[in-house]
Amino acid sequence: MSTTWLVVLLVGAFTVAFKAAGPVLLSGRELPLRATGAFELLAPSLLAALVVTQAVGGKEAIVLDGRLVGVGTAIVAIRLRAPLIMAIVAAALATALVRAL
Amino acid sequence: MQKPAPPSSREGAKRVASLVPASASFGVAYGVLAVTAGMGVLAPILMSATTFAGSAQFAAASVIRDGGSVLAAVGAAVLLNGRYLAISVAIAPHFEGSRLRRFFESQLIVDESWAVSQVGGGRIDRRMLIGAGLLLFPCWVGGTALGVFGGDALGDPKRFGLDAAFPALFLALLITLTVSRRGVLAAVAGGLIALVLLPIAPAGLPVIAASTVCLAGLRRR
Repeated sequence: MSTTWLVVLLVGAFTVAFKAAGPVLLSGRELPLRATGAFELLAPSLLAALVVTQAVGGKEAIVLDGRLVGVGTAIVAIRLRAPLIMAIVAAALATALVRAL
Repeated sequence: MQKPAPPSSREGAKRVASLVPASASFGVAYGVLAVTAGMGVLAPILMSATTFAGSAQFAAASVIRDGGSVLAAVGAAVLLNGRYLAISVAIAPHFEGSRLRRFFESQLIVDESWAVSQVGGGRIDRRMLIGAGLLLFPCWVGGTALGVFGGDALGDPKRFGLDAAFPALFLALLITLTVSRRGVLAAVAGGLIALVLLPIAPAGLPVIAASTVCLAGLRRR
């Protein structure tokens, strides 16, 4: 089998299994009370990490570019109570503008 | 920022609607990269339909393009997608119905659908997640097919600033969702860990390491 197909099959199998693990094996059961406190903190810690890696992430390096201007614009839009869609469109527009200059 | 709307699959789709251009054009970019990497036509489309996770697919295609080993490509992608195991376990109680139905619904879990379906306190609304996933899935797979067959007529999505759409969404949700002091602390800690590890660790690891911050929330017996 070619490298490509091996990679497609293996990565696909792992990812499908990761996503299915909880809902298929654990659903309908109450999670232990001890764990609920941890799951409360998963969203903020994971979201913050995604913001960092997607805003300044590069090839195993920190890359500062137009994305930062976009994210800054989104913060301003959110502070001005703009709807989510406006904040995201503003972020893309600002980034595109910086890159066009 | 968001008015409390009745949770529904339509509401979930609405919340990710602003990501449709970004998701589709990065699907195109992935299709183009996969073809240049010599992955052929069918494999990239099938990968988008089964793996359905952008960063891992880009990483795997780059390794293949650079002539890396199967182990290197799979290792990078699995590391990048490891966070889905944590997400999947954390939101497991919200799924219902037959095992087969839960299996198919779980495949709609992606960062964006998980993020927009948050209803606070770490809970999600399953219908919103499904609505968001059902909108993003055809964008991603269709975009890939366009990229594979049509080439790069669209050009680099970065030119249109579309790569800034993803951090903007995650940040907007982070700001609106994080209300408790513990949540803010977890966000700061997670962000710092990712920032410190970003230049030194392989891709994917910074996010996984950051998500272990949540273990601090384990309740004492």
